[in-house]
Amino acid sequence: MPSVPHTLPWGHAIADPMTPARYRVDSIRSELTGVFTLGLSPLDEPCGIGFAPGKFSMLYQFGVGEVPISVSGDPDRPEQLLHTIRAVGSVTNALQRLSPGGMLGVRGPFGTSWPTTPAEGADLVILAGGIGLAPLRPLIYRVLANRSRYGAVCIFYGARTPDDILYRDELEQWRGRFDMTVEVTVDRAGPDWMGRVGVVTKLLSAKGFSPPDTIACLCDP
Amino acid sequence: MATIEGLDRMLAGHPFFEDMSERARGLIAGCAANRVFHRGEHLLREGDPADVFYLLRHGSVAIELHAPGRSALVLETLRDGEVIGWSWLVPPYRTQFDARAIGLVRALSINGSCLRDKCAEDSSLGYEFLSRFARLMAERLTATRLQLLDLYGHPSDYAARPAERPLEAPTSPAKPGPSGP
Repeated sequence: MPSVPHTLPWGHAIADPMTPARYRVDSIRSELTGVFTLGLSPLDEPCGIGFAPGKFSMLYQFGVGEVPISVSGDPDRPEQLLHTIRAVGSVTNALQRLSPGGMLGVRGPFGTSWPTTPAEGADLVILAGGIGLAPLRPLIYRVLANRSRYGAVCIFYGARTPDDILYRDELEQWRGRFDMTVEVTVDRAGPDWMGRVGVVTKLLSAKGFSPPDTIACLCDP
Repeated sequence: MATIEGLDRMLAGHPFFEDMSERARGLIAGCAANRVFHRGEHLLREGDPADVFYLLRHGSVAIELHAPGRSALVLETLRDGEVIGWSWLVPPYRTQFDARAIGLVRALSINGSCLRDKCAEDSSLGYEFLSRFARLMAERLTATRLQLLDLYGHPSDYAARPAERPLEAPTSPAKPGPSGP
């Protein structure tokens, strides 16, 4: 029987959503203790899989198992698939042991996406806690690539301690921009920390938002 | 030096008091003073008599807790528009935490013992104050509870563990073990 291409609700056609495509590990970046980012490139589909911000992939470590992981890279660079992963179980620990040149299986993308189009013209609040910033990073890339389409853009990020701040360099870069607000807070800190301490939701109350004109995208661990 | 009229305007412009009656603000202004703190200076010290609280107008303040043999732990940072200190309301009127200026801080200090006297004389003012501070305390308590949840902690730190068996006294004499070789 000939195989029938499947069309997913968001219009992306894949040959068989149940069959993993082979991907090569290009890079492994250590982000934090137990948190790492895999850079993957496709072996079977040279152009890679397109994805909308917010989608996730099923990463298959051969012989161990499969886990759902949000895509955390730039949606406008589908040729390199980035996933930021926390090693918490047998599959994610096995993924952490991969080396550049290694191979794994990828299915997807799956899931819903952040409302990038409905948010156009509105103010945008992006609120993340801990590793929850990873699924929101593609949204941030997409919004910054089309900055004029959005009103005020605020990123509020909370981490456990100053040493647990994910994507610290990028947060610093974004904070230096004049067209967006970036606020970072931590739950606990020593006296050397010059930034905010307190729960991330407190950052919301410090800013005045007009709910009808604002779209909020949130992700906690 | 700021006059009482000027202090009243500053109080009216602070979020904590902006919707308070003019009469109540006038009473509070009589207990207020304008203060400036430089980086590293303390607004409050743990254990000191709690005779003051602050309305932050500019800058950031770290609320710190100390334990012997450890560096200070910053519990929270407070910024413009926020209030520091409620120990002046609660016997035995001793400050519970340090409050340290992270940079240049401008604040209105309110003399707590002066305000306590005015609240004792004017029960409606006392009620208004207690309502505002009760709300503030509830917000800070909720925030502290959320911090205690440690949502960003590693899942293995909080994985459910099987209940430990309680220590039991032996109900029968222990059997002799195998004899040695």
